[in-house]
Amino acid sequence: MSFLDVENLTLRIVRGPRILRAVSLSVDQGEVRGLVGESGAGKSMIGKAILGTLPRAIEVVSGRIRLDGTDLQTLSARERRRQIGAQVALIPQDPLTALNPVRRVGPQITNRLVDILGWSKDNAQARALELLDEVHIPDPARVMRAYPHELSGGMRQRILIASAFAAEPKLIIADEPTTALDVTVQKQILRLIKNMQAKHNTALLFVTHDLGVVSKICQSLSVLYAGKVIEDTDTRRFFAGPGHAYSQALLHATPKYTDPDDSLTPVPQQVIDAVEAEVAEFDKGLGA
Amino acid sequence: MSDMIYEIRDLRLSFPDMAHKPLFGAAPRVEVLKGLSFDVPKGEVLGIVGGSGSGKSTLGRAMIRLLEPDSGTIRFEGTDITHAEESALRPLRRKFQMIFQDPMSSLNPRRRVAGIIAGPLRLQGVQDTQSCVLEALDMVGLPRSFARRYPHELSGGQRQRVGIARAVALRPDFILADEIVSGLDVSSQAQVLNLLEQLVKDLGLTLAFISHDLSVIRRLCSRIIVMHRGEIVENAPTVQVFDAPQADYTRELLQSIPLPDPDQVWA
Ligand SMILES: Nc1ncnc2c1ncn2[C@@H]1O[C@H](COP(=O)(O)OP(=O)(O)O)[C@@H](O)[C@H]1O
Ligand SMILES: Nc1ncnc2c1ncn2[C@@H]1O[C@H](COP(=O)(O)OP(=O)(O)O)[C@@H](O)[C@H]1O
Ligand SMILES: [Mg+2]
Ligand SMILES: [Mg+2]
Repeated sequence: MSFLDVENLTLRIVRGPRILRAVSLSVDQGEVRGLVGESGAGKSMIGKAILGTLPRAIEVVSGRIRLDGTDLQTLSARERRRQIGAQVALIPQDPLTALNPVRRVGPQITNRLVDILGWSKDNAQARALELLDEVHIPDPARVMRAYPHELSGGMRQRILIASAFAAEPKLIIADEPTTALDVTVQKQILRLIKNMQAKHNTALLFVTHDLGVVSKICQSLSVLYAGKVIEDTDTRRFFAGPGHAYSQALLHATPKYTDPDDSLTPVPQQVIDAVEAEVAEFDKGLGA
Repeated sequence: MSDMIYEIRDLRLSFPDMAHKPLFGAAPRVEVLKGLSFDVPKGEVLGIVGGSGSGKSTLGRAMIRLLEPDSGTIRFEGTDITHAEESALRPLRRKFQMIFQDPMSSLNPRRRVAGIIAGPLRLQGVQDTQSCVLEALDMVGLPRSFARRYPHELSGGQRQRVGIARAVALRPDFILADEIVSGLDVSSQAQVLNLLEQLVKDLGLTLAFISHDLSVIRRLCSRIIVMHRGEIVENAPTVQVFDAPQADYTRELLQSIPLPDPDQVWA
């Protein structure tokens, strides 16, 4: 049994179209799974469904989410929040909007420990300092007193990584955590996430639209199109190809400076038509 | 007549450093462009790459004189525009156009696509904007019916096409594109890059393409300038930048790009 099990999760806009279509995926303890797809495919909604932070406009039609074997739906709302808070953490895409601009960095890390896990302030403070050091932030005590805008983008992302690992979660959802960063900073941050994940044996669901990034840090991946998982495979097999025609097209669209001829090819219309038809066919099985 | 679009010599530009402004008196200045020199020949597609904060956008804004340099010279088609007044710049503004990074904030959300594209045309006193707008939509491969849409009704890739249509509508000699594919999916990136490649060919444009990502510009650009902390650390033909980079920083940039290949050594 995997640590995270999402089974046949279907979401829709309230009285509107489907956003996710019977999505199933799992992440084992210590595993890094990539969740790949173009923008609007539903990647962030999967993360939000797991974290219990879906927007009001989105409703769960059917499906099950299990954490460590426990079906979240069987818990009271309060217990569900507690379980998720204790076991799951998020590394968001945009560190600037994720951090409160008018508050110092320190309390934004420690509050989570105090509020969700009931730690004492002193323990939380000590743990935060330790973690900032672990994510290679020089002079952690000074950074704890800084405001978010006083720090670089890479530094802010390190803080969110520290914050995510602070409470020793079993599962981390990283939602495009390096999309806003330069390649050189991205590399440092990806290494950091990977090292922290390995050290803490965390299950990591890594949302990205970049197959280059997937090949660097994921063991397995799920490819999403229009809210449907069209391929679920392990990374080596995926890059050895050929899998689903749409995934292969995404691979040909990915920039490769070493192979400019097999690079930046738009997904062909017939591939889009075929995957659209596949989704429509699948929808018939899901009912009205 | 020179066959250079731009000749730039020892270009320096600084901003006031408000974080270190004393209570009384002027703020100290931070130099953001530290003496840049390069040429852009007619018809070239120049890539300008570098990390965030390296000064790429500042350079771009200085080139089309949205910013005034401290010193050095910028010649555009032989004319010194370094400190030119706005009245002297106005007739030149139809010859150089800029496409911005974030299409949503650079396109007025309350104006329809037609109005957005017609904006610069009106400023230049073009009479028949309607036909220019439709022609520009044709050029960027958007249906003419899009003229009536609003920006929020468009996808990211479509918005970038509107940005491009707005820039090409005046038939400029030079276009500066600042990170215009950075926020897009790979497939839309590919479409926008192909479109630019085509427009450069069809319209005989000269293009400067700013990007923090070297990997997207290999096919598009013939020459690449690599910037680091306000300086040009490398200026070379594209092939050389990729196959035999001279600067340490260029090598670092290249080695940081994650290729879609699990066997890539990425140490
Ligand atoms: N608050 C919302 N209300 C209604 N629909 C939404 C909302 N947020 C996102 N959506 C829709 O849900 C779909 C999936 O969005 P998302 O999960 O954010 O995609 P991704 O993360 O893959 O880019 C999109 O079609 C998007 O338009
Ligand atoms: N209007 C401004 N006032 C003060 N500093 C600025 C201004 N615009 C840019 N800077 C600073 O100049 C440097 C270069 O910025 P920019 O040209 O935007 O870099 P890039 O486009 O390469 O990311 C950065 O340190 C930035 O903070
Ligand atoms: Mg998302
Ligand atoms: Mg910039």
